[in-house]
Amino acid sequence: MIDPLFWETLWLTFKLAITTTTILFVIGIPIAALLGTNQFRGKPILDALISMPLVLPPSVLGYYLLVAYSPDNFPGNLLKEWFDVQLAFSYEGIVIGSVIFSLPFMISPIQSGLQNLPSSLSEACATLGKNKWTTLYKVLLPNIKPSLLTAGVLTFAHTIGEFGVVLMIGGNLQGRTRVASIAIYDELQDLHPEIANRYALILFAVTFTLLIAINLINRKQSVWKPF
Amino acid sequence: MEAFLTATIQKELNSASGPMLLDAQFTINKGEMVALYGPSGSGKSTILRIIAGLTKPSSGKITLENSLLSCTETRLFQKPQDRPIGFMFQDYALFPNMTLRENIEFAQPKRNINELDYLLELFDLGALQHHKPLQLSGGQRQRLALARTLAKKPQLLLLDEPLSAVDPTIRHRLQDELLTLQKSQAITTLLVTHDLPEVFRLAQRVLILESGKIQKSGSPFDVFGDARISGKVQLMAEVVAVETEDVIVILTVLAGNTPMKVAVCKDETTYQPGDKVLVVSKAFNPIVRKIE
Repeated sequence: MIDPLFWETLWLTFKLAITTTTILFVIGIPIAALLGTNQFRGKPILDALISMPLVLPPSVLGYYLLVAYSPDNFPGNLLKEWFDVQLAFSYEGIVIGSVIFSLPFMISPIQSGLQNLPSSLSEACATLGKNKWTTLYKVLLPNIKPSLLTAGVLTFAHTIGEFGVVLMIGGNLQGRTRVASIAIYDELQDLHPEIANRYALILFAVTFTLLIAINLINRKQSVWKPF
Repeated sequence: MEAFLTATIQKELNSASGPMLLDAQFTINKGEMVALYGPSGSGKSTILRIIAGLTKPSSGKITLENSLLSCTETRLFQKPQDRPIGFMFQDYALFPNMTLRENIEFAQPKRNINELDYLLELFDLGALQHHKPLQLSGGQRQRLALARTLAKKPQLLLLDEPLSAVDPTIRHRLQDELLTLQKSQAITTLLVTHDLPEVFRLAQRVLILESGKIQKSGSPFDVFGDARISGKVQLMAEVVAVETEDVIVILTVLAGNTPMKVAVCKDETTYQPGDKVLVVSKAFNPIVRKIE
């Protein structure tokens, strides 16, 4: 008989991954389009900022988020005063942390997909009188489906594998912020290797399957070819 | 006739042989088909892109039918979206995610099914309308690209080497189609090409662009033909082989698809495969035989 808390933790893990991926699709696509189809001042800085989570220790990001969430600092004080919301050690708090931490995994595949499209596609849209949004949603994005799929799956898998940020800003609260990767560490510390083993196996299987699936799908999908 | 398009364009370019100043002034009359001819890297496509608003000029002014498209002096620059111009790209820029029908429909300012069907019919694409562009042949893609460009109902049509991607045998037929269409729709057209036969077949007037400047303009025969030879038989041809003998040079040239050997005196002119040449025969009564 498996503990219901085990399922709760696992469900929270996947809920976090799905929420993060969904939010990142919404905010990541416009950012990737901005970076992938434009040249502007400050682009190198924005590029670097978005890639920071790739090189920054998760504990550093977690630390800064904790500082920001604190009711003693901005913007934590505003959230507390206006909405009575406290983000530290809450599910919403770890969602925000995950979104920031997985940002490059969403943006980079979409950005490079857009950059690989011939510029004549968006120029043709412009000469046909279409604005940037129509061009992006009707022409550019439908032609980089493999990149979108890769971005989504990488973000999802990366969020499942998150440890440091969630631990720093979420703690380890059952049903609220305890996700599987933290549970593995915790169960081992509490000398329950069989539970840790179960979590580990599930995470391994899920992420491995996802990566194999995108490889197979992307191989079949026709990538954009010049005529 | 009052000029339909008036363009004064300056732009610094980085060509393969270093920086170059594109400095061109020309006009196009209403309904005219004008070719912009020159070697690659001479700035032909840039002129087209500047007229369409895809590239900003360093300075200059472009007027289309009395309305100002861009003027660097007054800092006016109309976005490509707002210009009544159709642009056909060298790679056709067809949208691979849409069917033929959707490609054309997307280009319509307002959805109009009758017109859509008419365009599909006109370009002989009706049977293929639910196919995707990747399934088409070169000629069909070219027709789709043209149909899509026309669906916008542009006042000025810009064609960037429209036939460079198709092989010579269908190129001939497509040139005919283009010509018929341009005449029937009376649409003012500026066509970029580096193919001399195409200039003769399609254009009423040609602008010769060399290293960023328009060197000559006029009807193709005036510009390329030598008036002093009083036009006996003139063939546009391309040198494919050069054999140097003692006092003469034997050139193998290709006029259309017909190869022939001609002997020329050895002088200071050197010939290389790929050179475009005008073969003029001074025979007073050349043999002409009807073959069809």
